[in-house]
Amino acid sequence: MSLQSSPYYKALTEPILGNNPINIQMLGICSALAVTVQLNTAIVMGLSMTFVTAFSSLIVSSMRRHIPRNIRIIVELFVISSLVILTDQVLKAFLYDISKQLSVFVGLIITNCAVMGRAETYALGNPPGLSFCDGLGNGLGYSLVLVGVAFIRELFGSGSLFGLQIVPETLYQAGYRDMGFMLLAPAAFIIIGLFVWFQKAVLQKDEGKG
Amino acid sequence: MENLMGIFLNSVFVGNILLAYFLGMCSFVAVSGNLKTATGLGFAVIFVLAITTPVNWFIHHYLLAPGALAWAGLPDVDLNFLRFITFIASIAAMVQIVEMVIERISQALYTALGVFLPLIAVNCAILGTSLFMVERNYNFSESLVFGLGSGTGWFLAIVAMASLRQKLRYADLPYGLEGYGITMIVTGLMAMGFMIFSGIAL
Repeated sequence: MSLQSSPYYKALTEPILGNNPINIQMLGICSALAVTVQLNTAIVMGLSMTFVTAFSSLIVSSMRRHIPRNIRIIVELFVISSLVILTDQVLKAFLYDISKQLSVFVGLIITNCAVMGRAETYALGNPPGLSFCDGLGNGLGYSLVLVGVAFIRELFGSGSLFGLQIVPETLYQAGYRDMGFMLLAPAAFIIIGLFVWFQKAVLQKDEGKG
Repeated sequence: MENLMGIFLNSVFVGNILLAYFLGMCSFVAVSGNLKTATGLGFAVIFVLAITTPVNWFIHHYLLAPGALAWAGLPDVDLNFLRFITFIASIAAMVQIVEMVIERISQALYTALGVFLPLIAVNCAILGTSLFMVERNYNFSESLVFGLGSGTGWFLAIVAMASLRQKLRYADLPYGLEGYGITMIVTGLMAMGFMIFSGIAL
C-alpha cells in the first residue's frame, strides 16, 4: 500500500486543507482569534491546541469501549482539561511571557469545540492510531488558519513579523502608515470571513458546485 | 455603585464577550440562523452566566486561590493549578441543577430553554467569563455584575445577528460566501459598531 492511500495519511492530511476545522467545519473559532495579533502567540497557541487535540483523541479513543454513553461528555471534558492543565503548566514554566499574553485563552482550549467535536465524532468510533492522526491533522489545520490570520494582522497592523520590524523605515518616511484597524477585533472576523470565502470558492470549486 | 455600573456597561458594549473577545463563537454561528432559537439561547446564557460566575468566585476564593484554605487550617496550600478542571466541573454541575430546577418550577420556561442548557456547558463564553473574573480580581458583587453584563452583551450580539441573517437570506451573494463566510464578515462590521462605545466612560 502506498503512503498516500493509507488511511493514516488520509486522516492526517484531510483536515489540514480539505476539511479544515475552522474554515469548513466551523469549529473552534472561539478562542482562535484573540491570540492572532502576533505570530508568536498564534504559533504557541496552535502548538498547544495540536498537542491537546492529538492526545485527547488518542486517549478517548483508547477508552472508547469502556466509557458509558450517558457520561461520555464528562469523561471527555476531564481528559481534555487534564491535558490543558499540563500544557498550561509547561507554558508557565518555560514560556512565561507568552503564557501571560495568552492569558485565559489556553484554559479556553477546554471548551474549544474543535477538540470536543473530534473526540465526539471521530475518536469514539475509530481505533487509537487513526484517531491520533486525525487529532494531529485537525490541530495542524487549526494552527494553519491561526498563523495565516496572525501573519496578515501582524504584517499590516504593526509592520513586523515575530516582533521584528519588516516594513523599512524609508517607507514610513514616505508616508506609509500601519493599519491600526488590523490590531482590533473586527479585522480578525473579516479576515476569517475572507478565508472561508477563498477556501470554498477556489479550493472546493469542483466538488462544491454540483 | 458607579464602579459596578461601569463594569456592567463595559462588559455589555466595549468589552463584549463575543465581539471583543471572540468567546462563544461556535454556538453563535450555529444558532444565529433563526431568531426565535437565538433569543432562547441568549436568555439561557444570561441566566447561566449570572449563576456560574458568582459560584465560581466562591470556589476560587474559598478553595483554590493561594492561602484560600486558611479556614481549614491549611494556609500554605495553593490549588490554583486545579482551576480549569474545577470551573468546568462546577459549570457542568450548575447547568444540570438549573435544568432540573427549571423543569420542576416552570414547564413553559423549560420548553423554551431546556434544549439549550446542555449546549451551554461547553460554551466558551461561560468558562471565559469565570476565568476573566479571576484574572481581573473582581470581588463578589463585581463578579455578579460582570456575569450579568457579559450575558447581556452576548444576548444582544446573537439577537442582532439572527435578525440580520434573516434579511441576508434574500441577498444574492457570490459563490462560497453565503452562510458562514458572510456571517463572519457581518460580525466583523457589527464588532466595529460596538467599538464606538469605547469613548464612553463613567
